[in-house]
Amino acid sequence: MSASAHQIKRGVSLYSFQEEYFLRTMSVEDCLRVAGEIGATGIEIIPEQMVPGFPALTDEFVEQWFSWMERYGTAPVATDLFLDTKLHRDRWLSREEQVASVCRDVDIAVRLGARIVRAIINTPPEVMEEAAPYAEEQGVRLLLEVHAPFHYEHPWILEHLEVMHRTGSPALGLMPDMGTYVERFPRVVSERALRDGAKPELVDLIVKTYDDHGDTHALMDVVNYRGGGPGDFGLARQATHYIWSEPKAMLEHMPLIGHIQAKFYEMTEDEVEYSIPYERIVPVLVEGGFDGHLSSEYEGNRHIQDVHPVDSVEQVRRQHAMFARLLGETTGEDA
Amino acid sequence: MFDKYIVCEEGFRTLDDGRTGGVVEVRMPYYRGLALSMVEAVDLVVDGRPVPAARTTFTVHGNTYRFDQLPRTTDDRWEMGERAQLAFETDEPLAAGEHDVAVAVRLRISYMPVPGGGRDAKRLTLAAQEI
Repeated sequence: MSASAHQIKRGVSLYSFQEEYFLRTMSVEDCLRVAGEIGATGIEIIPEQMVPGFPALTDEFVEQWFSWMERYGTAPVATDLFLDTKLHRDRWLSREEQVASVCRDVDIAVRLGARIVRAIINTPPEVMEEAAPYAEEQGVRLLLEVHAPFHYEHPWILEHLEVMHRTGSPALGLMPDMGTYVERFPRVVSERALRDGAKPELVDLIVKTYDDHGDTHALMDVVNYRGGGPGDFGLARQATHYIWSEPKAMLEHMPLIGHIQAKFYEMTEDEVEYSIPYERIVPVLVEGGFDGHLSSEYEGNRHIQDVHPVDSVEQVRRQHAMFARLLGETTGEDA
Repeated sequence: MFDKYIVCEEGFRTLDDGRTGGVVEVRMPYYRGLALSMVEAVDLVVDGRPVPAARTTFTVHGNTYRFDQLPRTTDDRWEMGERAQLAFETDEPLAAGEHDVAVAVRLRISYMPVPGGGRDAKRLTLAAQEI
């Protein structure tokens, strides 16, 4: 593997530390310190999550933000935008308002020093098209997340690709979420369902159907025919929301791919992800000449918080140990 | 996703303004903050009795709202993990000791076809009389 020739960088979305931030056991500064220690130096943040007072950013926060970056050896890379089309109870946000919301979030990214904005999956293609010139002017790339259960042949993604190719805007692109490469069902999810009272034989059926890459479309019906309850339906629904697809599908779209959300549910003690085969994903990124960040996105907390204290820092640390290995980094420090 | 953290174990107290009732601190079961217009309901049940929304108020970082004001409040937010104060009136004074408190939060999340939110129930101990 020509791992040494690549330009791939390591980063972390502070989303990964949501459990600790929610409980106020870690501050934004703590998140950045930890990121620096782990070597996840490219920072992605959800401003709506960790900047109190959003969408107003105080000068004081922005000043602190950059001083923390300097102190911990990190750098802002990306922000994640949301598009609240249902902001008002009685009406849909107009197209103009949607574009204005995206442009506002581009401004926030610029203030935070990030050149990439994650456009959430519900952002309509026409809104991306209209916001693109402003993003370009501001030197920001708007990257549509390709999030499970979507994939590159899905009509919603095809509509976006049509806009990207027709306009040729350098400001538009894609941000694949590695939750689209869930090869086997995350056991933290099935184990939680069992603790919540799902029937073991139905959990087995769901997990086996998923792991065999079988047809999950009718799983909820079959679970119903077999006497399932709400917990079983919930798990069956989850099985339709994860997808496995061939990572090589990214190669064709590589010129549009500017950032990777490295979703994960469980890093084992052996420093591998239980359900997402990063050892087959990273070589595809290397082969395609991807030169952006692999940005950790830990999402296992919600499945284990009922029985274990969540340790997001250790989970992210393990993922970065894996990345360092797969990227051929020879730090020699902590193996 | 943060359902078990909705009802805060600390801060359950009686109203300190002469009315009968109490205050329970609550957190939003979601991973980001939301404008209050998207908080559709924070339903409260105390000792098995539902408290009508009209008898509750909602306070975030010092700003107090009635629930019929929330749909129009697009310029203030319930931040991620923020402890909001859900104040409620009761007919009878709350007795000292333990109470069963159940809270269901309903959120309007734009990328989801169905309502978001969650529910939590805890047995809380009434703190000593405020100030």
